[in-house]
Amino acid sequence: MSIKDWFEDRRSKAATIAHQTIGDDDLSKLWSKCFNCNSSIPTKDLEKNLMVCTSCSYHFRINARTRINQFVDDGTFEEMFSNVTSGDPLNFVDTAPYLERQVSAKEKTGLNDAVITGVGNIEGEKTALAVMDFEYMGGSMGSVVGEKITRIIEVALEKKLPVIVITASGGARMQESALSLMQMAKTSCAVSRLNDEKLLYMTILTEPTFGGVTASFGTLGDIIIAEQGARIGFAGRRVIEQTIRQKLPADFQTAEYLMKYGQVDIVSARKDLKSTVGKILKMHKAR
Amino acid sequence: MERVIAPLEFEEQLYKIEDKITELKTLSTESGMDLKEQIETLSKQALEFKQELYANLKPSQKLQIARHPMRPNFLEYTQLLSDDFIELHGDRAGFDDRAIIGGICTIQGKPVMLIGTQKGKNTKENLIYNFGMPQPEGYRKALRLMYHAERFNLPIVTLVDTPGAYPGIRAEETGQGIAIAVNLAEMAKLTVPIVTVITGEGCSGGALGLAVSNKVYMLEHSYYTVISPEGCASILYRSSDRAADAADALKITAKDLMGFNIVDGEIKEPLGGAHYNHELTAKNLSDTVIASLNELQKKSGETLKKERYEKFRQMGVVQEL
Repeated sequence: MSIKDWFEDRRSKAATIAHQTIGDDDLSKLWSKCFNCNSSIPTKDLEKNLMVCTSCSYHFRINARTRINQFVDDGTFEEMFSNVTSGDPLNFVDTAPYLERQVSAKEKTGLNDAVITGVGNIEGEKTALAVMDFEYMGGSMGSVVGEKITRIIEVALEKKLPVIVITASGGARMQESALSLMQMAKTSCAVSRLNDEKLLYMTILTEPTFGGVTASFGTLGDIIIAEQGARIGFAGRRVIEQTIRQKLPADFQTAEYLMKYGQVDIVSARKDLKSTVGKILKMHKAR
Repeated sequence: MERVIAPLEFEEQLYKIEDKITELKTLSTESGMDLKEQIETLSKQALEFKQELYANLKPSQKLQIARHPMRPNFLEYTQLLSDDFIELHGDRAGFDDRAIIGGICTIQGKPVMLIGTQKGKNTKENLIYNFGMPQPEGYRKALRLMYHAERFNLPIVTLVDTPGAYPGIRAEETGQGIAIAVNLAEMAKLTVPIVTVITGEGCSGGALGLAVSNKVYMLEHSYYTVISPEGCASILYRSSDRAADAADALKITAKDLMGFNIVDGEIKEPLGGAHYNHELTAKNLSDTVIASLNELQKKSGETLKKERYEKFRQMGVVQEL
């Protein structure tokens, strides 16, 4: 076989492999591929490991329901304000109408918007909770996210509870423009009341947390915890690269990078989150 | 014909009419012909056309006026609004951001803390002022000055004209998001009156970081939005050419935002925009701000704090299933 033939043969084989489907849907669901190290992990093992890669510790994104199941004491979570949903105040249409985008996000996630709010126990400590869901329109904050976060803070003010917000968001929702922008002010004003009342407010920043969420309730935590490997920032990486016209370090805007610069209190692996938060809650109880 | 202010694209027809009038006037003087009637008619038509044009600007046209380099900038306003502005520099932690400037002055006899974002008139100035894009340290300086105002019972006036907070490496490392967030929460706690005027660009969290205020006004041709129309177009429409469409969709004008109770009032600009008459613009702005402060200062500090909270608390449009 000449070198030329060998290359030809190799190329055609590669093409055939590329077009092969790896089994049917059911079979592929049994295995998950790690985005980071590319290893295949039995989905069951991945789930048992809190959706953290068993070989490289890469933390997969998880939705709000999964997060609540992992983080809140079994059977203690009482959801509130799930009936709050968005309209289309601006009649916003880009490449698709906002209302259509909402319908498909609802179908995809089973949620009415990008945050779940309620009250539940963490290691036995009753806490007001807001957990964002990146799968619902990129976890973007419009009127509903702002309203629900504010309402759960008001619940905490009334019942004298600590508040924990777990973020995952691309930022403010463009389809509601200035109304979304004002949610930054609204939620931050609500947090200021927690400060006034000396009620503990903690935020857990998870992959990814950006823009209007970083620049409002997300980083107002009395204690800020960032989940291992999460990317957190104000401006997106691409915007910064375009502005300054230079390459950014690979670990730029990761949880670990931010801790190095004094921007977060704690970087935690997913498996340690609950116990760490439990301890903090208990230490702040005596007043 | 040479002009002091270069016409914007949509103003060209107007300039053609005005050129015609000048031509007639020259002809009349040179030849001694009596063209008074024609000149008057044409002048009247020009004025009507002009009023019609500026009263019905599209959002994308307002955008061009809002960004006009000859529009008054913050330092010019400090001179136009008062004759005793004393700048107070620095965040007391190693940095003096030049995109946010603040200080004390008296406006119509009233001492105030005046803080705003500063843009340059040309590239050289813009390198100093970073094109009006503040660093985290700018927001921290602003907050330091607001605390000062709180301690000495000075009302706070902020003038906002920014394309947004700066997206840069160091800005991320020193906490751009945190600096803005802290301002939002801390402004909510103040008991002195806070009045904001969006004077040009009110873009995103970078603008809001100075605008959690009892009253928020907008100059007639300014805009206020969650993201620049260009940024929105490139993300949602996948093409920055669609910026004009995005400007429409984002509802960025004073009138739109008054409809959502986000903005309390529109301040008139001279015909053609603020850059045609800095003094008149400043006078209108000054009158609105002072009238507003006079009303607010009748209230107790706790009332002001509560009303500010309630104002932002009701913002947003939601439905209950």
